[in-house]
This record gives sequence, structure tokens and C-alpha cells, in this order.
Amino acid sequence: MLTVLVLLPTAVAVSLLCLPRGTPRSVHVAWTATAVVELALTATIWLRHPAGGGLSHQERARWLPSVGAGYHVGVDGLSLPLVAMSCVLFLACALYTWRQTDRVREFAVLFLFLQSTSLGLFVALDLILFFLFFDLSLVAMYFVIAGWGHRDAARSALLFFLYTFTGSLALLLGFIGLYLAADPHTFDIVELTRDDPLAGRTTHGALVLLAVGVGLAIKTPTVPFHTWLPPAHTDAPAAGSAVLAGVLLKMGTYGFLRIAMPVMPGAWRGAAVVFVVVGVVSVVYGALVAFAQTDFKRMVAYTSVNHMGYIVLAVGAAGTLGGDGPAGDRARHLAVTGSVFQMVSHGLLTGALFLLCGVLYERGGTHRTAAYSGVAHRAPVFAALTGVAAFASLGLPGFSGFIAEFQILTGSLGPQPVATGLALLGVLLTAALLLRAVRQVFTGPLRLPPTGPGQATTTRSFPDLAWHETASLTPLLALAVVLGLLPRFVLDVIEPASLGVLRLLAR
Amino acid sequence: MNGTDENPLDLLPEVLLAGCAVLALLLGCWLPRHRQWLAGALAVTGCAAGLVAAAVAAAGPTGTAFDASYAVDPVTSTGRIVILGGTLLVLLLSLTSPWLRAAPRETEFYVLVLLAAVGAVLLAGAQDLLLLAAGYLLASVPAYALAGFARDGRGTEAALKYYVLGALLGVLLLTGVTVLLAAGHGTGYPALRRELPDAPVGLVITGGLGVLAGVLFKSGGVPAHYWLPDAVQGSLAPVGAFLTTVPKIGALAAGYRLAAGPLADTGRWWPDLVAVVAVASMTLGNLAAFSQRDVRRLLAYSTISQVGYLLLPVAVAGRTALDQRALLFYLAGYAVTNLGAFAVVCALPRARHLADYRGLARERPALAVALVVCLLGLVGTPPTAVFLGKLAVFSAAFDAGYTWLAVVAAANTVASLFYYLRWIAPTVLGTAPPGDEDRDGDGGRVGNGNAGRAGADPLAGGHATGDATFAGGAVLVAYPAAAASVLLGLLGGPVLDLLAGPLAG
Repeated sequence: MLTVLVLLPTAVAVSLLCLPRGTPRSVHVAWTATAVVELALTATIWLRHPAGGGLSHQERARWLPSVGAGYHVGVDGLSLPLVAMSCVLFLACALYTWRQTDRVREFAVLFLFLQSTSLGLFVALDLILFFLFFDLSLVAMYFVIAGWGHRDAARSALLFFLYTFTGSLALLLGFIGLYLAADPHTFDIVELTRDDPLAGRTTHGALVLLAVGVGLAIKTPTVPFHTWLPPAHTDAPAAGSAVLAGVLLKMGTYGFLRIAMPVMPGAWRGAAVVFVVVGVVSVVYGALVAFAQTDFKRMVAYTSVNHMGYIVLAVGAAGTLGGDGPAGDRARHLAVTGSVFQMVSHGLLTGALFLLCGVLYERGGTHRTAAYSGVAHRAPVFAALTGVAAFASLGLPGFSGFIAEFQILTGSLGPQPVATGLALLGVLLTAALLLRAVRQVFTGPLRLPPTGPGQATTTRSFPDLAWHETASLTPLLALAVVLGLLPRFVLDVIEPASLGVLRLLAR
Repeated sequence: MNGTDENPLDLLPEVLLAGCAVLALLLGCWLPRHRQWLAGALAVTGCAAGLVAAAVAAAGPTGTAFDASYAVDPVTSTGRIVILGGTLLVLLLSLTSPWLRAAPRETEFYVLVLLAAVGAVLLAGAQDLLLLAAGYLLASVPAYALAGFARDGRGTEAALKYYVLGALLGVLLLTGVTVLLAAGHGTGYPALRRELPDAPVGLVITGGLGVLAGVLFKSGGVPAHYWLPDAVQGSLAPVGAFLTTVPKIGALAAGYRLAAGPLADTGRWWPDLVAVVAVASMTLGNLAAFSQRDVRRLLAYSTISQVGYLLLPVAVAGRTALDQRALLFYLAGYAVTNLGAFAVVCALPRARHLADYRGLARERPALAVALVVCLLGLVGTPPTAVFLGKLAVFSAAFDAGYTWLAVVAAANTVASLFYYLRWIAPTVLGTAPPGDEDRDGDGGRVGNGNAGRAGADPLAGGHATGDATFAGGAVLVAYPAAAASVLLGLLGGPVLDLLAGPLAG
């Protein structure tokens, strides 16, 4: 089942390439249909996932037995929500680009391939498989940014590729370190988790965690490894940005929960404070820099640094174990659950925000916030949806972001009160900057970027959302509301898994 | 010398190759010009037969031949298969090259390729320093002639540079052999392995350095790499493919055999020295590749950096259980991927510069896919064969306690991505049709002269499809090589198992 889920998009992509070139419409239909089927498959897997937690739908095959790597996939409460979120987001992207005409076939092929790699990464239970999907997602995203981006796209794509490729090699070195520490040598995550190969090897453990940590931190990205993110986002096409921020960034934080914490519990506990500090710095710095942006999309990109910072803070706080009894355990459980929930929530919301940025750019030709004013007069639906996305993103109760951040901050407050207090500052800043941007763009007298020199600022046509844009954005925001009001059905899946991570961490 | 192991059948692949070379030469003397391709066909047949013989021998027992001077073990078998496979691909590239098919000395080309391949196989299997020296000469002398085969200015310069450096380092190799003979009272590896640990360290190091110089020259590693970029740029594209692939395999296998055999117990000087050479090779190769605009030169520097990674298992030979299969698998993956990239270059004889590849993805999507797969393969992107090779090589370095070496190699891999992307980006994303810009840009270049001559030569018309910017036959190598690069990576498990057997002797 999972193999089908992972390989189906690639199979469709290959057949799109091999079959005679169809019309753009037929390509879009095939792409969207695949995304719908993927979502349906995920829903089936979700329904069949056992309520008690643990890994389900596992599949194993011998692949490279002599290197200790195998094909091993499976889902649990950590990965299943992310798989579902990715499928929703990829469907949204397929719908969003419904009217695109520029090399549609290649674009669809890359996105289908990206979907394969993203889902493959989340279900991988083998380090080499994980790495394979990690690297292939970089390749696909490089071509998306370089091929369909605007302005300085080639340079941004190169920066993105080089930077994250560095991370992936750090990751690979860390994986090799784990592999050699295990006896017998293996790359299987489940076996490594069971064996805890680095127990009692402080130096080796610290070095491996350093390599894995740097690799994942670059991907997440956390300060100070975030510098690739703003240019990549600014120049990427809207759907590319949505997937990059919504899905690809999660690979970093997911790696912390899937690999770093359960496989290297000792090293993680030793370095947890580092992650707490990095997380808080990302939260505050990301918010501050976002506050200084004059470009709407760049601002959203920096809020991603801020939002991913909460996750790093939470997983760091979960590692600072003290003898604080059941209350502390509950707090850490809350933090880890919140971090997974935040990944889902951020994926939906930032995906929506980037798609909305794309709408703005397509109509106005610029992301500069100051170039717009009073857009709500022309495009009320667009304004309403952006408002909803912004409010949800800043953590207003009733939206998924609130549940996530509330859990993270409440859970982290006990183990790390000072850091959590500082992180609250980030919440305030994010709220302020999102509200300021929304006010600037949508309220006040109508002012749009002039269509040419000397033209009036109101002549440009600014049509409201087309049906396909509404169809792509509404489900994302509706899900954010549903998750904000009725989070239980997702939390029930996450909680056993986060409890499992903590149990492994406490070894 | 009356051992029981003087069975020529042990050397059947080598005998087949050498025999076909002689036969092809005789055949070429009698064939009319337009039938010279028969000699090429004979060479291809010889290679294929040699491959079969090598595969059969690989399945057989490990042993030695001719008074233990030649080993038949996994290293030799893999060396044979990869060298013969690589030679086969090069021969196919040559047979589909319009320029070569029109050349008056077509047969000689095939013969030289076969002889150089025999030399490379001998390097891989030699278990005696004298045989190593003989293999070195046999692998080198035909290669000098190949480098200058086009008989133009650039080719002559390339051949001369190649020859002078080869002669110098060949002398060093012979000196090293002599010194090791003095130190170890013999030239056979088993004897040397017993004697060298007790021999004076100074002598061993001096001799080892000399032998290493020869290995580095044939593999194109720093500091014996100066000939490589010029030879690859100045000679024909199939020759470039040959020079950057086939001799390297033999030389690195020879280096490994030396490291795991006679020099294994002589102290840490060898691993440390080779580690430094490896780092220098990958780093300098990468740095030099950054600024290249000529695709062949870029590939040449890329192969220099690849030798750096390949030297890692040679450095840590005998200090980990992972070294041998890492080297052999990487060699196989590298050979097929590198040949795939060169096949694309052969398919576009006029596209000499990175800019000439702009828009290839729109003009010839399949060829562009093959190129991108091969270049990403050379970077080490999973799931290609080189990725698996790199994984094995890094693991071996780690396991032997050379973590820093693995880290440096990883950093270099990142650096290498940069120049491969400089090629990939215009190929996939550019819009101008390929071949538009080279005509005004490099009027004085040799390669263009080659291509131009192919267009002007009346004989060329019979072979080329009239489109001088595209030599369609080369895709017969490019597509399978790219596919093999991915398949070898995906299905590498069983292959890796086969490579792990013990050395002979």
C-alpha cells in the first residue's frame, strides 16, 4: 500500500513523459487525478492505522543487504499526519496551477516526482532510503525553482541546492557513523532505535549528532543555517514555494523526531539545551527579520523560520529531562505532540500563504507590500482568504496554529521557562507583522502597482480569485479551522507516537 | 619456474584481447578502406568474448597463475569485467564516430584501444612488480598514440605531454621496483609481503613512492595529472572517454593490490601519504573544474577529483573489511557513469562549450536526460551507482579511523555539485538551440576542426545522417550507460556481495 502511495506519482510522471505530448488540459487532469488518488490512498491508510499507535503498513524488501540497507517503509503517528498534509498540499498545488501554460508537462512531472520523494521520505524506515528521498527532493526542487522561478531564479536555485546538499552530506556522514556504531552494521531505523548503538559512546555520539543535527538544521532551516531560504522562496514559483515551505522544510524537523531523538537518546539529551537555544533564536530572529521585510513573500518566508523555530524549541525542551516527575513528563509529551501538530498546521497555512503570494504576484507583478493598498475593494474573496490565513498563522484561537503553539509553549514552559518566555516574544512579533502586512495590502484607498511609467495606480486590473484558486486555497484554510476546532482526530494519532519518542528518549 | 600454474587458460580474457588485436591488425592490412569497420567488429567481438571468459573465470575459484605472478581473484575479475565493458563501450563510440569511420587509419585505432586495454587488465591482475611495470608500459604506449591520433596541433601537443610525463613517471616506477627488489629480495607480492616489514624503512618508502608515482600517472591523480586535461581536450572524444576510464581502473586496482599486499604491514606512511594525495586530487580537481567552460576539460578535471575519492579505499586498504568492495563497486559505477557522460559529448561533436548545451532538453530530451542522470550520478546523487560507491567508500574511510578523510571527501562532493550544475542548468533550462554559438566562439579550436573535417569529408556523408552537429550512433552508448548507472545503484546489493572475496596469494 505505501509502496503504491510512494511510487504512483512517479509512475504517472514517467508515463506523462513517455506518452505523446498531450494538451496542457489533459496533463492537468492527470496530475490532479493522481493527487486525488493519493489523498484517497492516504485516507484509507489513516482509517486502517491502529488506534493504539505503533508502526503500521510496514513493508520490507531486501535491497542492499551487504551494505545493511533495505527497503523498509511504514507509518506511525509521526509520519501519518505529515503524509496526509503533504497529499493535501500537493493537490492544492495541482489545482492552483490549473491555468498555467508554461511547460505544463515538465512542471507536472517535477511535482509528481516531488510528491513521490516527499511521501517516500516520511514513510522511510531506513536511513539510506531516507537519504535517497532527501536528495532526490533537492534535485526536483532545484529544477522547479530554476526553471519556473522569477528574477534571480538560477542563482537562488543554485544556492538552495548547494546549501541543502551540504546538509544532506552532513546527514550522510552522520548516518554512516550510526551504521558503523551498530552491531551488526545496519541502516534500518527500527533496528537502530531498538539497539541504541551510541549508548555510552559520548564522543562518537556527539559527533554523529553534530553531523545529523547540522544536516537537518540546514533543511529545517534554523538560524544560522537559514540564509538559503529567503532567496529560494522569493524567486520560486508560488506552487514551488508552497511545497518547499509546506513539505520540504518538514523533512528537517521530522528527521529530528524520527532519527535524532529515538536513535541517539543519550547524545540528544546531552545537546538538548543547544537545540532549545537554536530554536528560540530562530523564533525571535525569524520574527524580527520578517518584521523588517518590505516584500510580502520574503516576509512569509521568514515567518517560516520563526514557526519552525517553535518545533526545534519543543524537541529540544523534550530532551531536557529532569527529575520533575509525572508533571514534567506530561509537559514534554505536550511539547512533542505540539511539534508534530505544528508541522501539519504550518504546512497547511504557509502553503496557503505562499499560494496567496502567488496570486498577488500574478496580478500585481511584484511582492512589494508598499506597492499595494486597498486590494480588498477589488478582490474581496482574496482579501478574506488572506486574512484568514494570516490570522491562523499568527496563532489565533480557533485555528490549528493556536493548538500547535499552545501545546509547544505550554509543554516547553516547565522544562525551559526562560527560553519559552523569550519565544512568546516571537508570537507577539509575528502577530504584529502579519497584521501590519494585511492592513497595508488590503485596507485603505485602492492603490496597485502601475502598469507602466506614468500610469495611474488604479488602472491595473486585479480580478478576484478564479475558481481553481479558490478550490485550491479553501480546503487548506478549512482544514486549518477544522484542526483548530476539532484537533482530537489528529491528536489521537500523534499522541501514542510522541509518547513512544519520549520513552525512547528516556532510555 | 616449473610451477603447476602455467595454464594459459587462466589468462583467457587477456589472451583473447591480445589475439584479437593482432588479428585485427592483420585484417586491417588486407581490407579496403570502406570495410575497415570489420576490424572494429572483430575488436568488439574480442571484447565481448573476453567479457564472457572473465565472467566465467569470476565464477571460478580464486588462485594465481604463472608462478604466482598473476592473480585471479575478485579484484582481477572485477577489473577485467569493468575494463572490458568500458573498452566495449569505447569501441562502440568509435564505431559510431563519423570522423573516425572516415579516418584512413581506422583499424589502428581499434588495435591500439585493445592493446591499451590489455595493459590495463595486466595492471589490475599483476602480482609481481615486474609484471606491473610491463603492464604500465603496455597500457601507456598505445595510449600515447591514441592521444595524438587525430594528428593535429592539439592532438600532438596532448600526445607529447602525455608521453613525456609518462616516460618520466615510468622511470620513477622502474626505480621504485628496483629499490623494492633490493629491500625485499624479490618482486613477487607474497615474498615482498614477508620481507618488507623487516626491511629498512627508508628503502621501502623510497620504493613505494616510485611505484605510487606510476599508479598515480595511470590513474590521473594529483600530482601526476597534468597530462589529463590536455589529452582529453586535445584528442578525439572517444579517446578522452577511454583515457579517463580504462587505465584508471587498472591503475587503481594495482594500487589497491600493492597497498593490501606488499605494503600492508610497513607502517602508517602509506595510508597517510595516499590520503594526502587523495585529498589533493579531489580538491585540486574540483577547484580547477570550477572555471572550465570546455565540457571535455571539465570532465577531465572531474575525473581527477573522482580519482581522489577512488584513492580513499586504496589509502585504507587492509585496515577495514569494507575497502575492497568499496573500491571495486565505485570503479564500476564510475566507469559506466563517466562513459555515459562522454557518450553524450560524442553525440554532440560540435558542442564544445557549456553554453552550447543550452536548450538541449528541448531539442533532444532523451539525450538531455541521459546527460543529467550521468552528471548527477557523478555528483553522487542516489540512487545512482556512484552514490552507492561513495557510501561504501566513506564507510570504509570511517571504519578505518580516517573520519577526517570522509569529511573532506563529503565537502568536496558538495563543491563538485557546483560545476556539474553549471553544465546541467543550461542543458535543462536554456532556450537557444545547441550548436548555435560554437561556430563564432571557437573558430581556432581543434575539436571544431575535427567536426568540420567530418562535415567536409565526402566519406563522412555516408556515415553521418547529414546532421554534423549530432552523431546519432553515440546515443547507443549514452542511453544504456545512463540506465546502467541507475540500475547498478538500485540493484547494487548482489553486486557488492560478489566483490568481497579475498585476494589471491
